[in-house]
Amino acid sequence: MRFEPREKVPVWMAGVAPVLAVLAALLLCSVLILWSGESLVQAFALLLNGAFGSKFAITETLTRATPLIFTGLAAAVAFRAKFWNIGAEGQFYFGALAVTGIGTGLISLPAPLMIPLLVIAGALAGGALLYVPVVLKTKLKVDEVVTTLLLNFVVILLVGYLIEGPWKDPMSLGWPQAAPVIAEGELPELLAKTRLHLGFLLALGAALLVWWLMRFTVWGYEIRAVGHNARAASFAGISVNATVLRTALISGGLAGIAGVSEVAGLKGYLTLDISPGFGYAGIAVAMLAQLHPLGVVASAIFLSAIFVGADSMSRAINVPSYLADVVTAVSLMMVLLSVMLVRYRIRRS
Amino acid sequence: MWEILEIVTTVGFWAATLRIVSPLIFGTLGELICERAGVLNLGIEGIMTIGAMAGWMWVYQGGDLWTGVLFAALVGAIFGALHALFTVTFGLSQHVTGIGVTLLATALSSYLFRMLLPLATTPPKIEPFQIYKVPLLSEIPFLGPVLFSQTPLTYLALLLVPTVWYLLYRTPIGLAVRMAGENPVAVEAQGIDVLAVRFGAVVFGSALMAIGGAFLTMSAFDAFYFGMINGRGWICVALVIFASWRPGKALIGALLFAGLDALQVRAQQAAGAFIPYQVFLALPYLLSIAAMVVMSRRAAYPKALLVPFRRGDRI
Repeated sequence: MRFEPREKVPVWMAGVAPVLAVLAALLLCSVLILWSGESLVQAFALLLNGAFGSKFAITETLTRATPLIFTGLAAAVAFRAKFWNIGAEGQFYFGALAVTGIGTGLISLPAPLMIPLLVIAGALAGGALLYVPVVLKTKLKVDEVVTTLLLNFVVILLVGYLIEGPWKDPMSLGWPQAAPVIAEGELPELLAKTRLHLGFLLALGAALLVWWLMRFTVWGYEIRAVGHNARAASFAGISVNATVLRTALISGGLAGIAGVSEVAGLKGYLTLDISPGFGYAGIAVAMLAQLHPLGVVASAIFLSAIFVGADSMSRAINVPSYLADVVTAVSLMMVLLSVMLVRYRIRRS
Repeated sequence: MWEILEIVTTVGFWAATLRIVSPLIFGTLGELICERAGVLNLGIEGIMTIGAMAGWMWVYQGGDLWTGVLFAALVGAIFGALHALFTVTFGLSQHVTGIGVTLLATALSSYLFRMLLPLATTPPKIEPFQIYKVPLLSEIPFLGPVLFSQTPLTYLALLLVPTVWYLLYRTPIGLAVRMAGENPVAVEAQGIDVLAVRFGAVVFGSALMAIGGAFLTMSAFDAFYFGMINGRGWICVALVIFASWRPGKALIGALLFAGLDALQVRAQQAAGAFIPYQVFLALPYLLSIAAMVVMSRRAAYPKALLVPFRRGDRI
């Protein structure tokens, strides 16, 4: 058996492949549901109903998709340049720390000024955290995968220290959490009596902006060129290091805004468990979208539907909600596989 | 200063160091073998997690300890085969596949644990490996209680270092593995199947990683809980770089690391009043980054690391 590159990839194949991959992933995960001894039909019905069954369910799915769109974009931008930022989790928390630092009373401005300030602060914080791994990579060739991964753990310990110590809310009855964001800084809700907030629109805006950036600007061209072939890009006069740095700051900034959106939009205050791995799930989101910024929106909504649906399903039957994490991981693997099958044909040798 | 010196001269400190180093040795050597064959295995964090879960669950369901270790190794080998299928056979991105394997193995560990034990609120316990005092040798003052009063898996970890060294540097298979990571075309020219060598190395290395995970639930503690690997896998990846891909140096690096870890636990008890405990907990991660920075100039990484091999391709 050997693999031979296809000379021309049919358009339909490139479009259908990710859908088939996701279906294959769901099929594989059905085995787990059967193993737990529950009916497949009932499980999927409960899952669908939990994710889309009512107006409230739909808004919950979109609410959950919001941070995933941001972290998915963060991974999509970075991976385009073959800069492996696996630190979105840490950058998420850095953004959340920035909001807590300046948004809980330090600065008070009218909402139209306060909200942009918080978003920018979160983006800067997320980008700043990624600055260290970038410099280590470009100056000393230290692998960014390991440094960004390790920093996630350091940041979470820092958050733990701050919300158990100096930033602990004295009104929290002993729970380790930070003070709430002031009213002017809260992202307003989009629909009454739901949790859907302005962060979702910001996420859609970010996806459009990133798409425009990658598709129509010199920066986007440089990012793609460096990702395709850094040596060739360098010969063409593109500064590889500057491009990597720029990519990383955009990527870290997007992940930082995810933290802003969750603290100022959804929860209102910072806790240690505010992200159930949004940073890592963002990688799956980006791969599912094949790194396309607009595709990220669709794949984020798909995965968040699985998470919201699985949560509600696990309350009804004995299928653990961790099923959603398994679906996420299997989808990621299946999409990788489908991309290969689209690019190569299998020949018996 | 004197306090540190006092800690470092106690039997307890050294015994703890050897206990902490054991899973790191398994993980680091496993990763080292994969990378020597040219494959970065970022599945390590997940493989250690599922190894910890599988070995523990085997014993909890009534199996005995040693078959539990074998079972953990088998599960690790299966996930290694998955990683190898994607990265070696299909030649897909080693970074993304590795993260995928970690996400998958971690998620499956949580799912299966919850599915098999839906009502467990406090983590259920097993009877773990007990300390085995080596006859006579454990009587030696200081050295005895440190080196020869450990659990069997620690002895296994320590014996693994010379074994892996011997395998890599003194056997034809080891030569093939090292060459597959340096110059796969030359291996192919010798009539050896590069893909098979790489596949085997990743499967074997992953089995070792899983035993490292199983050490935590079957030897160091007696229960499995979510997030217990806590970045140890990533630390092993950093240790491989720190060790310049050499088994002996990997042992030294891991020992240094475990020693500092044992020291910080004791320092935490002494200085906990002035320094927040999170500072101590963050040290291993910061040290890993520092270790990579220190070694970056001298990193002699395998030439063909991260480069997929396709028969007939020219490099």
